[in-house]
Amino acid sequence: MPNQKLLVSSHAPYWHNGSSISGKNYSIMLAALPAVGMGIYQYGMPALGVLAFSVSCAMIWELIMNLVMRRPVSIGDGNAAVIGLLFGMLLPATTPWWMVLVGTFIAIVVGKQIYGGMGCNPFNPSLVGIAIVMLSWKNYLNFNAALVNYDLGFYMVYPLAAVKHLGTSALSNYSISGLIFGQQTGGVGTTFGLGLIIGGLYLILRGHIRWEISLSFLVGVFMTAYLFNIADPDKYAGPMFHIFTGYTLFGAFFLLTEDSSSPVNFIPMLIYGAAAGFLTVLIRNIGAFVDGAVFAILMMNVANPLLDKIRPKAFGRGIEHA
Amino acid sequence: MIKRPFFGLGTPRLKYPVIDIDIADTIREIPLPQKVTLLLSPDIRIEDLILKAGDSVKTGQKLKLLDDGNAYLISTVTGTIAEISEYTGYLGRIYPAVSIDAAGEDQWDDEFNETGKTPNPENALAFFNYLPGNPDFTTLSSVQSAINTIIINGLDSDLLVTTNQFVVKTETGRLTEGIEYLKKITRASRIFIIVPPDSAALAEKTGVPVYAVNPVYPNTLPQIIMKNISGTEVLPGNSCEDMGVGFINAEAVVSLTMAFSEGKIPVDKILTVINKDYVPETVRARIGTPVKDVFKALDIDTAHGDQIIFGGPMTGTAVYSEDMPVSPNTDAVMIQDSARITLGSDNQCINCGECVRACPAGVPVNMLVRLLENGLYEEAAEQYDLLSCIECGLCSYVCIARIPVFHYIMLGKYEFGRVKSAEEPNA
Ligand code: SF4
Ligand code: SF4
Repeated sequence: MPNQKLLVSSHAPYWHNGSSISGKNYSIMLAALPAVGMGIYQYGMPALGVLAFSVSCAMIWELIMNLVMRRPVSIGDGNAAVIGLLFGMLLPATTPWWMVLVGTFIAIVVGKQIYGGMGCNPFNPSLVGIAIVMLSWKNYLNFNAALVNYDLGFYMVYPLAAVKHLGTSALSNYSISGLIFGQQTGGVGTTFGLGLIIGGLYLILRGHIRWEISLSFLVGVFMTAYLFNIADPDKYAGPMFHIFTGYTLFGAFFLLTEDSSSPVNFIPMLIYGAAAGFLTVLIRNIGAFVDGAVFAILMMNVANPLLDKIRPKAFGRGIEHA
Repeated sequence: MIKRPFFGLGTPRLKYPVIDIDIADTIREIPLPQKVTLLLSPDIRIEDLILKAGDSVKTGQKLKLLDDGNAYLISTVTGTIAEISEYTGYLGRIYPAVSIDAAGEDQWDDEFNETGKTPNPENALAFFNYLPGNPDFTTLSSVQSAINTIIINGLDSDLLVTTNQFVVKTETGRLTEGIEYLKKITRASRIFIIVPPDSAALAEKTGVPVYAVNPVYPNTLPQIIMKNISGTEVLPGNSCEDMGVGFINAEAVVSLTMAFSEGKIPVDKILTVINKDYVPETVRARIGTPVKDVFKALDIDTAHGDQIIFGGPMTGTAVYSEDMPVSPNTDAVMIQDSARITLGSDNQCINCGECVRACPAGVPVNMLVRLLENGLYEEAAEQYDLLSCIECGLCSYVCIARIPVFHYIMLGKYEFGRVKSAEEPNA
């Protein structure tokens, strides 16, 4: 029927605030840039290599899964790229290529696609990837061993490992300001505290992540570390040390806040963040792992659906039926 | 369109245009059309109608629709019935439609003037079902009515719509008089009026208590108004009317004055026409005028792929034909350019929680949408507060995955209602 005028008829509302999933994911990548830039500056081409390879692998796995599962191609939404980028940022610059390949496979396929894709994943996909890699090839993720050939002009021992093995006597090798400016070993994109904070604030102000989660996590880490520290100051480092080392800041702004695996209601968000902070320090101080952030966050991902049952009363539900 | 600000913490603030009093001079009269179409309630079956093509009718004439029962229609022109057809409307409901060829000059029918001019509930029920502004006297005036409070809307519920604001600003005198009639034809003990803050002083003249409503969406929805005024929340699955609070548009109150003082049932509707640039304009059109005639009079062109919406941008209903007529409840008609239409997507919910934070009714929309997508309506109603939703549309407005959340909700309510009413006879 040429020339016939047909009207569109969709459902209300006819306006939209303009937000989109791809916009959000590109913002997350933008927010990661300061920390990524520092990583590349410090470790050079290998760091860039790990990140670029990780992002590309994640996108390719996503594409393959789209084709295999006959779903619309979804790499344009930027989610796979974000998962790949965050996964890469957690790794040391020397990570071998095959580990990136396997890790991103786990992140995208096991962490996300088998549950039905974005929004259905119960865990943070990047964390699923890193957790399995950590358990399978411990030594590659041991920052001291991995970065043994680097000398960047600051104390090259992974701070959390130093404190874990030597107690707080190791602390004199680090200064808080040094830690904030990235003078510590660690993942490619997780050591530059200031950069992570800037990125995190950007995401919070733009409304892409929920401040309640990040803040309560940091408070949880701070309080727990503080209590340990006053209980045994020789053995346990103080709260500021825990906030600026390991995956704490990266976790607070980029991992814990992943939408699908975190709660959306106010009180659950606070519990979720604070408990993850508590567990992080608990594992660091008395658990088997040097950094507890990965498993602490995964554990809280498990609790998320339960937590989110605590929610405000809906309209008219607050009143008893007369 | 109001976009999310670059820095987007907190819930959206969608403000209403508050109109200038000067606009009063600029109401545009839409010429009488050659043919009007009057939509009937979807409860009436077309085969039961006793009206026939060829019947001649007068302006303001009450036309009995069925052999038994009180259903009627008010003709808005003088002429002959051309045809009786059907329109498919929102959620697939079928509306019988009576089209009348207008003969030109209005000849007024006398029945109301002779028998209905005493302001009492019986006459309201007998003559005012099609009054401009669409008052619901079945709930407000009937003997069984439990309405104890009536709130006069001097502010339209959807964005960009200024019809009732306009009426308060330009018709304060007739509004005041109308309130006296309203008291006589309903049984409510309290009457309030709500207006935007800048009209509060004007509204004081009506003599009833005035509530100024901050014109930010969704403050203007009935359930929120009721909660803010009386502190009572509507129970899930109930309406404000079930809770004893009735609403009537300012325009309908003014229509009462016109009816009782002139002895003629008003047949012209004031409406806001929102053009493609989202600029509202107030017009007066005969009830039954096809919207294409309204557009023609205003020099608005429609093109393939545009969208025509009855109502405002948040809660209006899109129609598929430019023949859709202006009805007593058509407070606004909006035309949206094809380039400005945001279509929904089939993305899954990413659990970002924007909708939960935007929802004024505290509905866990992120969970609800998962159930509704899978057709689990009963669980949605029982566990995830489907029926607490007050139908504001904000969840869809903010959804980052652009899921047509509000559509799912409305369908869910409709389907749930059908399941419930199918169960009831056995209960
Ligand atoms: S339409 Fe959406 S945002 Fe509005 S009350 Fe209903 S569920 Fe809440
Ligand atoms: S706004 Fe959309 S994507 Fe976000 S939680 Fe609500 S329904 Fe899901």
